[in-house]
Amino acid sequence: MMAEATEHVTLRVNGTARELDVPPRRLLSDALRHDLRLTGTHVGCEHGVCGCCTVLLDGAPVRSCLMFAISADGHEITTVEGLTPADGNELHPIQRAFQDCHGLQCGFCTPGFIMTVAGLLAENPEPDRDEIVEGISGNLCRCTGYRNIVASVERAAELLRDGDGTPEPRADDGGIASRHPSPQGTAPTPYDAVGDGVPADTDEAGGRGSE
Amino acid sequence: MTTKMFGEAISRREDPRLLRGDGRYLDDLGHDAYAAAFVRSPHAHARVNEIDVSGALDVDGLVAIYTYDDLPGRLGDPLPLLIPHPSLTAPRTGHALAAEVVRHVGEPVAMVVATDRYVAEDAAEKIIVTYDPLPAVVGVAAAASGDEVVHDDMDDNVAANFVQEVGDVDGALADAPHRLDLRWEIERSASMPLEGRGVYARWDADDGRLRVYTSTQTSTSVRAVIAAVFDIADVHVEVIAPDVGGGFGVKIMHPWPEELLVPWAAMTLGREVKWTEDRREHFVASAHERGQIHDVTVGYDDDGRILALDVRFLHDNGAYTPYGLIVPIITSTQLPGPYKLPNYRVEFTSLYTNTVIVTPYRGAGRPQAVFSMERTVDAIAGDLGLDRTDVRAVNFVQPDEFPHDLGLIFQDGRPAIYDSGDFPESLRKLKALVDWEGFDERRQQAESEGRRIGIGLACYVEGTGVGPYEGAHVHVETSGRVMVSTGLTTQGQGHETAFAQIVATELGVPIEQVHVTTGDTRRFGYAVGTFASRAAVMSGNAIALAARAVNEKARVVAARALEANPEDLEIADGIVRVKGSPDDRIPLNQVAVLSNPLRYSFSEAAQAATQFSMPSDPEDPPVREGEEPGLESKAYYSPPRSTFANGMHAVVVEIDPDSAQVRVLDYAVVHDCGNMINPRIVEGQIHGGVAQGIGGALYERMAYDEHGQLLNASFMDFLMPYASEVPQVRTDHLETPSPLNPLGIKGAGEAGVIPGAAAIASAIEDATGLQITRMPLSPDELFRLQRSDGNARLAPVGALGTSVDDEPDDEQGGAP
Ligand code: FES
Ligand code: FES
Repeated sequence: MMAEATEHVTLRVNGTARELDVPPRRLLSDALRHDLRLTGTHVGCEHGVCGCCTVLLDGAPVRSCLMFAISADGHEITTVEGLTPADGNELHPIQRAFQDCHGLQCGFCTPGFIMTVAGLLAENPEPDRDEIVEGISGNLCRCTGYRNIVASVERAAELLRDGDGTPEPRADDGGIASRHPSPQGTAPTPYDAVGDGVPADTDEAGGRGSE
Repeated sequence: MTTKMFGEAISRREDPRLLRGDGRYLDDLGHDAYAAAFVRSPHAHARVNEIDVSGALDVDGLVAIYTYDDLPGRLGDPLPLLIPHPSLTAPRTGHALAAEVVRHVGEPVAMVVATDRYVAEDAAEKIIVTYDPLPAVVGVAAAASGDEVVHDDMDDNVAANFVQEVGDVDGALADAPHRLDLRWEIERSASMPLEGRGVYARWDADDGRLRVYTSTQTSTSVRAVIAAVFDIADVHVEVIAPDVGGGFGVKIMHPWPEELLVPWAAMTLGREVKWTEDRREHFVASAHERGQIHDVTVGYDDDGRILALDVRFLHDNGAYTPYGLIVPIITSTQLPGPYKLPNYRVEFTSLYTNTVIVTPYRGAGRPQAVFSMERTVDAIAGDLGLDRTDVRAVNFVQPDEFPHDLGLIFQDGRPAIYDSGDFPESLRKLKALVDWEGFDERRQQAESEGRRIGIGLACYVEGTGVGPYEGAHVHVETSGRVMVSTGLTTQGQGHETAFAQIVATELGVPIEQVHVTTGDTRRFGYAVGTFASRAAVMSGNAIALAARAVNEKARVVAARALEANPEDLEIADGIVRVKGSPDDRIPLNQVAVLSNPLRYSFSEAAQAATQFSMPSDPEDPPVREGEEPGLESKAYYSPPRSTFANGMHAVVVEIDPDSAQVRVLDYAVVHDCGNMINPRIVEGQIHGGVAQGIGGALYERMAYDEHGQLLNASFMDFLMPYASEVPQVRTDHLETPSPLNPLGIKGAGEAGVIPGAAAIASAIEDATGLQITRMPLSPDELFRLQRSDGNARLAPVGALGTSVDDEPDDEQGGAP
């Protein structure tokens, strides 16, 4: 059998144009992970259900396992690596919120959640709890039981609102506006040791123990 | 920065790496490796007739195709029986590639290696295997009948039959004033981590060494089996668990066929080879759990005190028994829960079926046990018209009755003896947390709004921290870095943080200086693995002991430099100082320098340890008798037996009268895992477990048809809870320290999932008046139950007894 035919594509990933020759059937998730070695985008099902592979395409969350790399030709793609501020040390406010609220355990679903939340908060910077639950209800997590992820999103919205970052890219602004440095030295969020994982200062839902 | 970190709810140190996308999971490694793909059986039971690979040979990029006939030496033998047991009288294990017969859909028949996964799958598709189908045995009823057999060298499908008894059950049953016969059923489910399995192997021909990365819960045992099968020296095999995207039990099973075949291909081809499991493979070729039917006879008095309990259950072990009888043994020994059962008999029969193997999934036999026990207690309360919490209270082991010996042999081959707990206090806390006493008012309020709600609870005891042992190495480098390693693995439990907290506290160093490595045989070769809620108990204590030894050694070395007594020294913030005289001090990194007498120096700091600088007694050798160079130590922790954690969950549900959807309104957890290293991590473990418990109660099941085809082998059809299905979880902790280990801790990893199905069943029963005997329970099943029971309260409030005609059309029900 002949070697497989390839197509030339230009993927604009995290603000950089990347040239690739890929077979037409190559999934965007595989091109990102194995050709560009951006392994922060994970693959949990390859059939569009788990959301681990979520990236932003022109600012809107998409499942990179449901797309061929060639269909992304010329589009702006943001992966979790593109969200992290350039200095390589600091975390993006959404990432910081997940750490503050213990919104991850094994971390496999996490980049997908973070990109979903980036899209969600760009659309709606002040989501209420129901909107958050709805917004992340297309992503599976097998570890956390989700409550701390909900708290993380609330916290992320707060950090972004407090000028700890700027709103996330919208579909119309070129998609890579997500590299904002965050101020140094932000105090860690106090943790509510006997509660539902929501930081104590943002928890009105009463998730406290009886003690 | 204080160094007293034990017990602090600090945020996790592994998070920044994982949040940035810098985690290294199995498939993030080896981008240039050859890829393996597998041809798997489409039949549940068949004889393999012929494997025709000719069509695949001209696929561009194909490297090799292997079938059973190609497997050399021990690789062609049956896979190991990991945990033998005297009552496992008919153990059977599969082969790395099917020898003659396939016994479940998904069993590997051929391995293809190619330059790329797409190509490997192209070639696999072109391999034509012809089979002679054989009758499939599916479900415990078919297996028990023995009409057809899974293994044709057996007369029936019975892998094992095991009875344990304490007291005189028959006598006590005969004398009991009340008696009930009950049947409880739990379906199959599975761990279903979001990262599947995967193996990546490199053979270094120059060094004669094999390195294997595998997404496992036990790297040391994978190493041992690879070394044995291929007859390589242990030290020439390195096995590493990289970041692992969840395990929940399924990754403790080993060696998977792929864990032997991929390294073998790497050695044979002299190239890196990688296999990453896809989701369908995970459904049909890894392992499942749950799947039991219990028949219970219980005798009790007027107060609901249990006088005798007789349990017979059937356990579906799937096609093979590589993991032995661990799951049903745990079920049978954990069934008593927090109750005193003076007369208890449990008998199980473990049966072969033509389905995927059964190995532990978080909870490991306990969710079934708790469902059986707690449903039984609810039935007693219902029969006597007593409050469900009162019946529990009269049966509790009391706080002054510890240690409490069940008279049973636990999964570690040791007596099951509860070490500590305070069940009445836990129940009091739970009732307060969920407002048990106020619920009637809440129910009336809901009914006045036309809503149907119910409350339920369930209690459990969980044997955690099973042996035999774990070990740890703690090393203070001359840079001041504290390198910690332990052999067991990590799948999201936050060990980099929790173990560092222990070291920071025990050694007296800032946590920022502590670096923890798990699951890497290059760093620590002796270990058992991460399962059975054992990592914190086992490695936590081993690490504490190693850190204490380093602390002691540091004080001895520093005492010489400070001309003080080691007993007069203390270590805090990485400084060794004389108590009460804080100016007499020496930093720990300098102590590390002094601990290693040098001939050669590379830095100013190190000069202090060279032979012309070290003050010493000319009669003493530089390394004194009984001492070793370097500020490091190794320690092992091996407990006499398991330590028993416990907890109680209460849940409030609402049933939609139209759709029979069950919505969880409140979920309350009281949990006692002894001293907590990091309450935030414990809390997170509970949340995750609760979500899996809800999944097990309402959604998750493996839908096999009678031919042994798994009908829902995708995330589209196997329903797991999303954020929308999981309620807020309220928790309260009791900390009754374990007397069995230095840190007083008990395991917490599985607790959240264990009583979920039982508590939710109790609540649905309370809301509807229907006896809930099986889990999971989908809305259409609830509807059918309601239809067959005219007294049920499922119908809209005010329309009791009228029939509801609309069946919900959602087949699987309750779907997120
Ligand atoms: S991997 Fe793309 S949705 Fe699961
Ligand atoms: S953190 Fe493990 S799957 Fe979400």
